[in-house]
Amino acid sequence: MARKSRALPEINAGSMADIAFLLLIFFLVTTTMDSDTGIAIKLPPMETEDTPPPNIKQRNVLEVLVNSNNQLLVEGEVTRVNQLRDITKRFITNDGRDPNMSDNPEKAVVSLKNDRGTNYITYISVQNELKAAYREVRDEYAQRKYGRTYDQLNDQQLEEVKDHFPQKISEAEPENIEGN
Amino acid sequence: MAKFKKKRTNSGSTGINTASLPDIVFMLLFFFMVATTMREVTLKVKNNTPAASEVEKLTKKSLVQYIYIGSPIKQLESEYGTAPRIQLNDAFKTKDDVILFVNTVREDMPESQKGKMIISIKADRDVKMGIITDVKQELRKANALKLNYSTKKKDANDKGDF
Repeated sequence: MARKSRALPEINAGSMADIAFLLLIFFLVTTTMDSDTGIAIKLPPMETEDTPPPNIKQRNVLEVLVNSNNQLLVEGEVTRVNQLRDITKRFITNDGRDPNMSDNPEKAVVSLKNDRGTNYITYISVQNELKAAYREVRDEYAQRKYGRTYDQLNDQQLEEVKDHFPQKISEAEPENIEGN
Repeated sequence: MAKFKKKRTNSGSTGINTASLPDIVFMLLFFFMVATTMREVTLKVKNNTPAASEVEKLTKKSLVQYIYIGSPIKQLESEYGTAPRIQLNDAFKTKDDVILFVNTVREDMPESQKGKMIISIKADRDVKMGIITDVKQELRKANALKLNYSTKKKDANDKGDF
């Protein structure tokens, strides 16, 4: 009888909010929200002495050079970064028309060389333009062939487009171009 | 009049019901726990990454290891000068430590994921390529070939300003 008359003791939840606030503020302070984005590249494996240099025809190589004054040289001509995308696109999609440009997209290689004194931001914008050129070329091809943008393709189509336009951006072995 | 007085005293003592406050705060708490990531290191170098449009998202945080490159922050300038430095985890290191760093973190990874490791270079926009080329060469020696230049995202049609 005595038990029944005793009211069920309630836990005082008044401080629950305080505890939760404390935790909330802890997480607000110690965590960051930014998601990481970046330009993904793949480095070539370290060269050994006995690997023969690849045999690539001159016309299939687009030479891109950035010197220590952050000037851009494409195939020996001074170029601005905002022209690079169009030049690269023309080079990739040449298909043997212009004798100075690539035979076909599979063979086309972009060779990027930079100086030790080049600014990182310049290098990134050049890399970005090269990637953008490939992305646009693939996009146009996907649009023509499948009527969809590159992002909307399924895995098999994606492979097909990638095979047709392999992204060959090769970075030259580092050396000092202007001796600094 | 008596009626009015009685009502007033009643309402004054009730107050706002705060019973659901913990629920609201917990909801916020869980949101932040899910949506954010722990700050893994204290930055000792300036880290204003450049912007690029062709970016990929680094989704699997467990596969990513960071190398920070930049000049020391203002508070450390008197001690370390202004020349760009490499920061691995919480300390300044030289390029010779990169191989060891890569091998150590690779050891700690599960066997199945060792080949998928991505090195993210978080370099300041003001550094020169020399130090980055050095790090890249070291990474090649360490056979860590998946690289990611950490950049901010910008609009694709913005073709750069020079």
